[in-house]
Amino acid sequence: MSAVIESHNHDDHHHGPAKGLTRWLYTTNHKDIGTLYLWFSFAMFLIGGAMAMVIRAELFQPGMQIVEPEFYNQMLTLHGLIMVFGAVMPAFVGLANWLVPMMVGAPDMALPRMNNLSFWILPFAFFILLSSLFMEGGAPNFGWTFYAPLSTTYAPPSVTFFIFAVHIMGASSIMGSINVIVTIMNMRAPGMTLMKMPLFVWSWLITAYLLIAVMPVLAGAVTMMLMDIHFGTSFFNAAGGGDPVLFQHIFWFFGHPEVYIMILPAFGIASHIIETFSRKQLFGYASMVWAMASIAILSFVVWAHHMFTVGLPLAAELFFMWATMLIAVPTGVKVFNWVTTMFKGSITYETPMLFAIAFVVLFTIGGFSGLMLAITPADFQYHDTYFVVAHFHYVLVPGSIFSIMAAVYYWIPKWTGNMYDERLGKLHFWLSFIGVNVTFFPQHWIGLAGMPRRIPDYALQFADWNMISSVGAFLFGASQILFLFIVLKTVMGGKKATPEVWEGSRGLEWTVESPAPYHTFTTPPKVN
Amino acid sequence: MNQGSKKTIKTLCFAVLGMFTFSFALVPLYNVFCEVTGLNGKIELRATNDKNIEIDNGRDVSIQFVSHNNEEMPWAFKPSEDNIQIKTGKYHTATFYVKNTTNKRMVAQAIPSVAPSNAAAHLKKLECFCFEQQELAPGEEALLPVRLIFDDELPSSINSVVLSYTIFDVTDYNDVEFSQHHNDDHHAGHEMEPSI
Repeated sequence: MSAVIESHNHDDHHHGPAKGLTRWLYTTNHKDIGTLYLWFSFAMFLIGGAMAMVIRAELFQPGMQIVEPEFYNQMLTLHGLIMVFGAVMPAFVGLANWLVPMMVGAPDMALPRMNNLSFWILPFAFFILLSSLFMEGGAPNFGWTFYAPLSTTYAPPSVTFFIFAVHIMGASSIMGSINVIVTIMNMRAPGMTLMKMPLFVWSWLITAYLLIAVMPVLAGAVTMMLMDIHFGTSFFNAAGGGDPVLFQHIFWFFGHPEVYIMILPAFGIASHIIETFSRKQLFGYASMVWAMASIAILSFVVWAHHMFTVGLPLAAELFFMWATMLIAVPTGVKVFNWVTTMFKGSITYETPMLFAIAFVVLFTIGGFSGLMLAITPADFQYHDTYFVVAHFHYVLVPGSIFSIMAAVYYWIPKWTGNMYDERLGKLHFWLSFIGVNVTFFPQHWIGLAGMPRRIPDYALQFADWNMISSVGAFLFGASQILFLFIVLKTVMGGKKATPEVWEGSRGLEWTVESPAPYHTFTTPPKVN
Repeated sequence: MNQGSKKTIKTLCFAVLGMFTFSFALVPLYNVFCEVTGLNGKIELRATNDKNIEIDNGRDVSIQFVSHNNEEMPWAFKPSEDNIQIKTGKYHTATFYVKNTTNKRMVAQAIPSVAPSNAAAHLKKLECFCFEQQELAPGEEALLPVRLIFDDELPSSINSVVLSYTIFDVTDYNDVEFSQHHNDDHHAGHEMEPSI
């Protein structure tokens, strides 16, 4: 009771966060939870990255060098799962927590307690997943796509822990999405119509709907696996009348929207940053919104392009080929709009802008290799080769992850009140940019030459490019330690940031002080 | 919290439940879709009752027989002939040799698959060992027949068809009769053995 009375004595303007560890455990503040998500995602990025280093170290030379093939498969699987579910998705949720309420002029997220819950179950999910490394039979080793029967009949016993971990991650994502949608739909400041919302908010609204639609399907898929493994059902077992190909259909019905879940918020971020540093209004706002909506809708009718080689009938292969190519149209609209925004702008090249421009260029390269993969007859050659690895790393690393880094540099002055070290930021950018291209560009060539993915050893003719790829990976990995240092340095101190931070910044979040006060927009701003 | 938020939350919760249900509904939907279209090389596990299927002047089609053993199914299982020429609209009987190579009584189920998959709808069977389970005593062998016919609507682009059978161990190891030798060689992977 005394605590309640005391809190009344405080002046509301000085009502800050609680002290100590319990601040983070019990917090319902969207800024605190956003920070938690971002740090968690950073930790997962480093763990998943360390696993990638193991993979690239093993592939540095042909022959088995460092790890056993079984352990290599576990590294490969965990790297994929951790980067997708532990690094990229929580980072975007963290950004949504920090930015969506401030961008729409709301005091907090709509469901603050659920917000706390949806974050705090995540560490448990990844503790369960990572603990499987120390179990008998080892961690999951069937690839992040966990195709049955590899993940059922032939799986290590730890697969059950993997299934529960995925359930928890799914629950967390679903709760996060419900929170985002309710906030955006019901808590916008007066005057902020849907078509006046910042594009990051739009991108997250669409992403959240995608999550609501497909995370339950993922939960269904792993539940079916659980039942096949423990309760004698035969969803994916041909002997009992099931079908392993059905698993791939269900998985990719989730999986393809999932890859857009990992890129749509990046589209929003890039739009804000390019607009600011070009000192021009974004070109084609409405077409950006429609392009994102079209991409989201199309993502539900292209899943079988991951399965061209399973023996689909000709009509289905043609349909999925054309539907996939159709996605290039709205994506092309977006790239056109970004380039047109920069055209004749007064551009300056601060670190966020460098990352954003690299995002546009390198994501487009990843998009083009995606178009190559969409051509059904050609896909029979590319399928399960390093070409696919190069493709999805180009859209995920310099796509999603560069956009997250761009967002951190762009908004960290607002979060901490301090400017980051521009010189170090640029160094981080160039090391990452060179590292990512040296790592993944040669993988296109070794893939076209026929090197299969998910193999710990390879034929001698692939040796040179693999070594170069590994060197690039070590460079990229090491430069992320620099990123950690830059972020810590900015949190500790630095040049004080002004409220608007950037010369050309637009949006409600730049109208509050830097660092943003613990509570913002307790009375909604008026939007014209 | 205002009325609008409550309504949005309710709708979204229903959407989540709906999509979870939908993921399970995909299973029957997928099977119905495959059955109706004959995609995926699935063929019906029952005899045809089409009386007018036989014709006199059909065209030549080559048919290859392939046999697989699922996982650790130890039986010997192979087609008597690898490759034959038949005419559409004419019945033909092919046989598969099978032997229980173990020292215990076992039950097996064969599952057929046809490639290319759009031939599946036109391959009809009057009789097939895959319609029922096969039970063999230790060391017992058998010649299993399949009586099949291609209807005349088989697409003209198809001149060669592969009919493949995979044989599965469906012995009910919980049954007392079979449980004698079971404990020594049973391992965790068999827990998911289905009961058809």
